[in-house]
Amino acid sequence: MRKYIFKRVIISFVTIWVLATIVFILVRLMPGDPFSSDKMTPEIKANIESYYGFDKPLIEQYFTYMKNIVKGDFGYSMKYVNQSVNKIIADSFPYSFDLGMRALSLSISLGLVFGIIAALYRGKQLDYVCVIIAIIGTSVPDFIIGAMLQYFFGIKWGLFPVAQYQGIKHTILPSIALGFYTMAMVSRLMRASMLEVVQQDYIKTAKSKGISKFRITYKHQIRNAIMPVVTVLGPTVASVLTGTFVIESIYAIPGMGKYYVQSVQNLDYSLILGMTIFYGAFLVLANMIVDILYGVIDPRIRVSGR
Amino acid sequence: MGKILEVKDLSFSFCTYGGIVKAVRGVDFDVNEGEIVGIVGESGCGKSVTAQCLVRLNPEPPGFFENGSIQYKGTEIITMTDKEMRKIRGVEIGFIFQDPMTSLNPTMKIGKQIEEIFVQRNMYNKKELKEKALEILKLVGISDGERRYNQYPHELSGGMKQRVMIAIALVGNPSIIIADEPTTSLDVTIEAQILDLLRDLQKKLNTSIILITHDLGVIAKMCDRVLVMYGGKIVERGMVDDIFYNTKHPYTSGLLGSIASLETEKDEELEPIEGTPPDLFSPPAGCPFAARCEYAMEICYQAMPPEYQLADNHTTMCWLQHEYAKAIDLPCKKKLKNEVMQ
Amino acid sequence: MEDIKSSFDRSQFITVGKNSEKMESITRPNLTYWKDAWRRIKKNKVAFSGLVILIIYVVLAIFGPIISQYGYNDIDSSRMNQFISSSHWFGTDELGRDLWTRVWRGARVSLAIGFISTILNTVIGGLVGGISGYYGGALDSVLMRIIDILYGIPYLIVAILVMVVLGTGITSLIVAMVIVGWIGTARFVRGEVLRLKEQDFIAAAKVLGVSDLTIIVKHIIPNVMGLIITNLTMAVPKAIFNEAFLSYIGLGIAPPECSWGILAKSGVKMLRIYPYQLFIPSFFICTTMLALNLLGDGLRDALDPRLRGTE
Repeated sequence: MRKYIFKRVIISFVTIWVLATIVFILVRLMPGDPFSSDKMTPEIKANIESYYGFDKPLIEQYFTYMKNIVKGDFGYSMKYVNQSVNKIIADSFPYSFDLGMRALSLSISLGLVFGIIAALYRGKQLDYVCVIIAIIGTSVPDFIIGAMLQYFFGIKWGLFPVAQYQGIKHTILPSIALGFYTMAMVSRLMRASMLEVVQQDYIKTAKSKGISKFRITYKHQIRNAIMPVVTVLGPTVASVLTGTFVIESIYAIPGMGKYYVQSVQNLDYSLILGMTIFYGAFLVLANMIVDILYGVIDPRIRVSGR
Repeated sequence: MGKILEVKDLSFSFCTYGGIVKAVRGVDFDVNEGEIVGIVGESGCGKSVTAQCLVRLNPEPPGFFENGSIQYKGTEIITMTDKEMRKIRGVEIGFIFQDPMTSLNPTMKIGKQIEEIFVQRNMYNKKELKEKALEILKLVGISDGERRYNQYPHELSGGMKQRVMIAIALVGNPSIIIADEPTTSLDVTIEAQILDLLRDLQKKLNTSIILITHDLGVIAKMCDRVLVMYGGKIVERGMVDDIFYNTKHPYTSGLLGSIASLETEKDEELEPIEGTPPDLFSPPAGCPFAARCEYAMEICYQAMPPEYQLADNHTTMCWLQHEYAKAIDLPCKKKLKNEVMQ
Repeated sequence: MEDIKSSFDRSQFITVGKNSEKMESITRPNLTYWKDAWRRIKKNKVAFSGLVILIIYVVLAIFGPIISQYGYNDIDSSRMNQFISSSHWFGTDELGRDLWTRVWRGARVSLAIGFISTILNTVIGGLVGGISGYYGGALDSVLMRIIDILYGIPYLIVAILVMVVLGTGITSLIVAMVIVGWIGTARFVRGEVLRLKEQDFIAAAKVLGVSDLTIIVKHIIPNVMGLIITNLTMAVPKAIFNEAFLSYIGLGIAPPECSWGILAKSGVKMLRIYPYQLFIPSFFICTTMLALNLLGDGLRDALDPRLRGTE
């Protein structure tokens, strides 16, 4: 187990390093001179140029850049004058994190429930209902769901606040919009996995012991069916996170996603860079935690440490 | 020795795309207290389906009973509800499966899987449960039970897993154990150990065993009585001696001719049975074995042979027993003077 | 016993022996893999209707803009934000452009990006994964370490960066999606090839001296084809999704060119006053995704060899 965790941690850090390097290279490739835009006052330009050490050789620039990243220092925004990227991230990340967590917990729990119900009632009406919800969920892009929910529940019927993020009521629509796709995906996966597990020999063994259907489902079927779902939690975190880009701009939530999209549209390079690396590192670490979690719950990995 | 299981005219079929597969077609047999009954046959002959019928483990649907009755100690199994069936499984009839590698839940500790039979029946408290499990682990020859109790299946070897499977089948102290090819997926050396273990336990606990196998060697070593199945039917039945030394069905004879033994001469050739078993998707009208039988007669293709009673316990389903048929001496095993049937 | 004796004739009891024809007879209907798959797809009404919807959309994407009298970018301030009418079948947008023309023009762009990028992904990923899996050894370990690391990087974020570098446009969108997309295909194809390679029929072919090329063409490819096709069908909606996402955040297709993502974006902007401007393109985006997903599900069931012979 220790070996397994160690391996995961090493791979994760290498991944972050590769990402940072790719970002470094891409910055050099960006069209024109990214640091001479009319949005910038000369002093900021000078600030940035010295920050990234543009007058020095490429290798040295690379090391300066890496050193700053390791220190967790992402420099200054070009659009929001005299705001450090770190401060923007620190201000906006809590919103995104809160929204993301709500969407994730909602979508995973509902997705599992729907998947289990669909599999248990296979071929019956309840199954069709769950399958249809799941297929709709994977077919409707999140910005459309977000806009539709906002239009009907917010504007037309006035049941929920249209935008902003100030209380529980504000969080409901964006959480649903953000989590819908993931919920659908988890429920499809869980259904398939449940149906796969039910054909396994050990379910027959359990039956031959004369234990109740409920116990077979709960102790044998679900427990084993959940494993493959755990493996996709990493990519799930990623999809929820990229979902925040559009959901936050639709609902005017001052989170990271909204800043990220704005920075892309304004070509605020230093903000793009800082946020990309922050996002990337966050996702890689989330992936790592999921992998380790998987190792903890699956005895086959836990013991052999493969 | 009273009868504890009586199966009469059992027929079981599966609905599949394109039609009905008749897996078991009218099977009769019974099991007495404390005896080992072997069911032998090629793959696809219906022996596993028959075994699973006894505890209703075949998926229903697509499977369904067409006919017949299964009486366990006088109560009918076929009409039982799921709830009633649960009271039979595990505590009255235990089941050992073919492949121990896939038959244990990979995410549950060995001990828990053994105890599970009792957990729902609220028979014991936690401490007693563990004692029970450790006791049975010891009984099936697992010495370091305390350690194994907390391990997961993938930490055990194949033979060890099959011992655990046997422990699971035995722990509820059932009257009958159905062992469906219990050694097919094991090494030969492990196979011998497991068979010895099964026989010792059978003697110790006076359980009946229904042993399903395709291996006549296993039958010879273990069983009192044998049922030979072919094409969803029992084509010959008898005591082990009858089957081996006084074979009366060409299929049984063919099976005997296709296995090697220590007595087989160096230059003696093994004779395989040519062809494949009939597709039970649309079974032939006559004897299912006719197409592969070198003694086949016109009648064999036309009508199903009746079951001829040859001795108290020996019957065969073959037209060769008809008085019009030419008397044929089917090849069988020669009894050697110093050989003792086990 | 008495009546059995009486009802038979001695002539029926003459030995005739084995019947080698019946001996091996298999009475089930004989179906090849692809025939069986086609039968299943046709029988699967849901998947089949997905295929039909898709074909209709492709035809409309080709001819829709042609039969319209307006260009997709004809701005006309005299007819802004008009609702559905006989002259504008889907209404007009904030600049007075005909939405029918724009929806089908957008369909062309979105579907083209979806299909082209997915096919490129499959070819590149399939080649890399296949070669790596089949030949194994040092090449495989190196490639897989690289892929493991690249796979850990969130692909939309890389796609965003690549788009920032390349600038907006159809070509750069496809390039960005291929750069991030082949990795997944390579991983999955490699896994499949590794699994197949260990199976006995490949070993048998090798022992018989069949050349590598023949093994790949005759044994490996036919066996992974089903999975690759399924994967491809499932990947197209993802690619369309990504195009829409990137265009939505302003990085994909740049106006005046239009795509479904662009239409949705301007629709969201006008949502409060003219909701039809979002609803109409949304309907086509969603039904296309739905059709592809249903078709993909059906194909997966139809092409999965493990499910053959079952209902």
